[in-house]
Amino acid sequence: MKKYLLYPGCSMESSGRAYRDSINAIVEPLDLHFEEIDDWNCCGATEYLGINLIPAYSLIARNLALAAKQTHPVNGTEGTRTVVAPCSACYLNLAKADYYMQERPSLGVKVNEALAAGDLQYTAGTLDVRHLIDILVYDVGLEKIRSAVVRPLHGLKVAPYMGCMLPRPDYQHRWSDHEHPTELDDLLRALGADVIDYPLTTSCCGGHMTQIGPETAFELIRRLVADADERDAQLMATVCPMCQMNVDAYQNEMNRFFGTDYHMPILFFTQLMGLAFGREPKELGIGVELVNSRNALAHIGVEVPVTQEPTAPRKKVEGLPMPRRWTKHEGRKEAVK
Amino acid sequence: MTEKVGVYVCHCGSNIAGTVDVEDVAHWAAEKLGHQGVIIAREYKFMCSSLGQELIEKDIKELGLTRVVVAACSPHLHEKTFRIAAKNAGLNPYLVELASIREQVSWVHSDKVVATAKAKAVVSGAVSRAIQNAPLEELKVPINSNTLVVGGGIAGIQSALEIANAGFHVYLVEREPSIGGHMAQFDKTFPTLDCSACILTPRMVEAGTHPNITLLTWSEVTNVAGYVGNFHVTIKKKARFINEELCTGCGICQEKCPKKVIDDVYEAGLGYRKAVYTPFAQAVPNFPVMDKDNCTYFEKGTCKACEKFCPTGAIDFNQQDELLHIDVGNIVLATGYDLFDARRVSNYGYGRLPNVFTSLEFERLSNAAGPTNGNIVLRDGKTAPKSVGIIHCVGSRDRNFNNYCSVICCMQGLKFAHLVHERTGATVYNFYIDMRTAYKAYDEFYQRVLEEGTLFVRGKVAEVTDAARYSNEKGKLIIQTEDTLAGKQRRIPVDMVILSSGLQPRHDAKEVGKLFGISCSMDGWFTEKHPKLDPVATMTEGIYIVGCAQGPKDIPSSVAQGAAASARVLDKILQKEVALEPIKATVNKEMCSGCRICNGLCPFNAIGFLADDNVSEINPALCQGCGTCVAACPAGAISGTGFSNEQIIAQIDGLLMRNLEPA
Repeated sequence: MKKYLLYPGCSMESSGRAYRDSINAIVEPLDLHFEEIDDWNCCGATEYLGINLIPAYSLIARNLALAAKQTHPVNGTEGTRTVVAPCSACYLNLAKADYYMQERPSLGVKVNEALAAGDLQYTAGTLDVRHLIDILVYDVGLEKIRSAVVRPLHGLKVAPYMGCMLPRPDYQHRWSDHEHPTELDDLLRALGADVIDYPLTTSCCGGHMTQIGPETAFELIRRLVADADERDAQLMATVCPMCQMNVDAYQNEMNRFFGTDYHMPILFFTQLMGLAFGREPKELGIGVELVNSRNALAHIGVEVPVTQEPTAPRKKVEGLPMPRRWTKHEGRKEAVK
Repeated sequence: MTEKVGVYVCHCGSNIAGTVDVEDVAHWAAEKLGHQGVIIAREYKFMCSSLGQELIEKDIKELGLTRVVVAACSPHLHEKTFRIAAKNAGLNPYLVELASIREQVSWVHSDKVVATAKAKAVVSGAVSRAIQNAPLEELKVPINSNTLVVGGGIAGIQSALEIANAGFHVYLVEREPSIGGHMAQFDKTFPTLDCSACILTPRMVEAGTHPNITLLTWSEVTNVAGYVGNFHVTIKKKARFINEELCTGCGICQEKCPKKVIDDVYEAGLGYRKAVYTPFAQAVPNFPVMDKDNCTYFEKGTCKACEKFCPTGAIDFNQQDELLHIDVGNIVLATGYDLFDARRVSNYGYGRLPNVFTSLEFERLSNAAGPTNGNIVLRDGKTAPKSVGIIHCVGSRDRNFNNYCSVICCMQGLKFAHLVHERTGATVYNFYIDMRTAYKAYDEFYQRVLEEGTLFVRGKVAEVTDAARYSNEKGKLIIQTEDTLAGKQRRIPVDMVILSSGLQPRHDAKEVGKLFGISCSMDGWFTEKHPKLDPVATMTEGIYIVGCAQGPKDIPSSVAQGAAASARVLDKILQKEVALEPIKATVNKEMCSGCRICNGLCPFNAIGFLADDNVSEINPALCQGCGTCVAACPAGAISGTGFSNEQIIAQIDGLLMRNLEPA
């Protein structure tokens, strides 16, 4: 059994719950052991580094410092210095902090001054920060994954979507390519899926632009979904909770914005692994996605139980109704049609 | 106090005198270093001028100087000048010492006081060192008049022909079955649009039939020993499985051979050849080669179709590799280049998107003797493109890949644009960073292509993709680029993309460099002796580099270099003997422990091992005096003439001003 330190990241607790569930479902058949880092905190996601570097790096480095305390063998378990982050943003932040604390020693000193307030310390380079798919493809190996498959995904046309944060910047030279990495393609193929050539595999999903400039995010999401649809993909597979949320949760809104009617479910690659390993959809968190994958998974004979569609809480109407908000894109909707 | 030292400080116009108080340095040297033996110290406007040299010669004769220190430029520039002056006056040239107060002092400092102080220290070091110098004698060795040319591309062919025409023998070694190199693959050559084969093949035939040229194709150099004038070279002549005496080059074996193979070399992967083949119709020599790895007989033990049909019985399945040993005086390396592997720029989609081609693929596509008979079509083999995008600088001028400019790509892109336009009438876009059309008649060609209506977009292409965003992009390749002149992003849908891939050093350039004892630059090209004034010689005497082996260049420059190297070789041959610099390393056998650390480190393969005495020995004719072994020897058993421990320590003492007259 191979042991790794796990940094789950915030989204695993909420929007990416299905990712967590499906990871839990595949560790056993693959003989993996993930030990969660005690008392971990948010990595700061994508925004904080743009505001104030030292606190942002300190926030990240606190997790590295905590993880470093857990590298030694305890109670007969083996030691490890590899931290696994299943979220691309978490992975990038942890890897970035580790890299820049080495490259710019003055940054390392300042961050450690901050950490000292909590009796923590981190020497850059102590840990190996890796993404979950990196572990699965290069440590576990496609051979082992293939041998664990009991329900091959034959006939399921999947668009492999790696997202933009995973392969770039590649501090430790971990990926096959920066612009068109093939790790996810290979893994899905090992599950028996019919993997399409997806040119947008590293294109941006919009990230937090959905909050700041939704129109921009919608266009980025539209490109991803439209191209997968154009290539007859039945669903998209992702490695990142942010990508999953944007494509899934904003797909309806994007459709409304452009006047389109795409239906492109997006699942975590671990959910597809779980299915291939014979697990039931429910324990993999399948069915909670907003763009449901029921029809897509019917192609491989998987029946997804119908879940109660969440109903939005009714807003209490107060006063008189406002006129509808005007957006400058209103005229464009017609044009796109 | 036995030595009489003269110190000569040069102004170099204002180059030195502008930053260093040269008069002060000269006065100081005479005063403070007098007890060391400095009997005269002068300054002069231009020491290297004939008047300056005469000044030194006069002092040597009249004052009986036994050591001369010239404080001027770097020894690279004028050491030879002053050594000759000393020799003329009867002083051993190796008793002259140069103190570099220009490159290492005046050019790199601005504060006159500090610079003057540093110049004094440098002069002081040179004086102390000069006193320790010993007179040395140059070694004279005879020169073998044969020459080895490695690589049968246009540069190698040119070089071989020039030497052979002068009446000396040349061995021309080529790794592929035929000479001709990359030029043989091209259709047209810029800027005149001459047919490449038409101008190349007469040269190939001349090289193949010249009485003074021994052509060794399908051969590789495996070992090089010896030194300038006396190289001993081992060449592996790979088995062709064809008896060259009997073969008439009729081509029946190729016709009958049932095995078709993708030709990765000559056809750039775009066409097929047989398992027994001559790469192209005009190949020199015209004997085919059997590709052992793909031949059905070698794979399965049956077939022999070629043997059955050969009218002269020239097929010989039992042929073995042969080792030839030859002696030559000079070696010209014309090993050429590899094309940059465009798959590395994955955002351009080469290898994934069928209609993205490399420049070499396009050369074959447009070549009348190529796989499509010169029809410019898409990968499906039939559809003519209606729009074509040519992307420049693929893998060149790019920090992710190669920093350097590959020189030929701009003109090559223009040539492609012209050919596409002429043959298909398609709309052609050129995507360039900067348009570089230097040299004769090149810019005129650019103007011509502009007038033909080719469109130019200035900007680095971000991506070539088949992910359509808009309806007019469906089924096309979309080139996403910044247009830096219009200041905006553009998406241009096209049918075909040609990547003007850069040139790269040969994949085995490092090993080849080591084999011949020459070095490679950071980028991997062979390093010339001087980038401007000695571009074809190398730091190893008797070894010359020409064509793209030295750096990216076009055909005219390659030919010019080939000829230039030949002039250098002929110069050496006609001198009949060569003087070798006496700066050599020697092993003190008493101290050598036989650890052999130095053996592998020597970049010139000059150190041998005497197993009987368990000591290493340095061949003085091979040694170039680089000092690597001296520094590496753990026992301190190796010492370099001209760089002995005594000299170095004396120089350090001098630099630290430990040699001054006590106040």
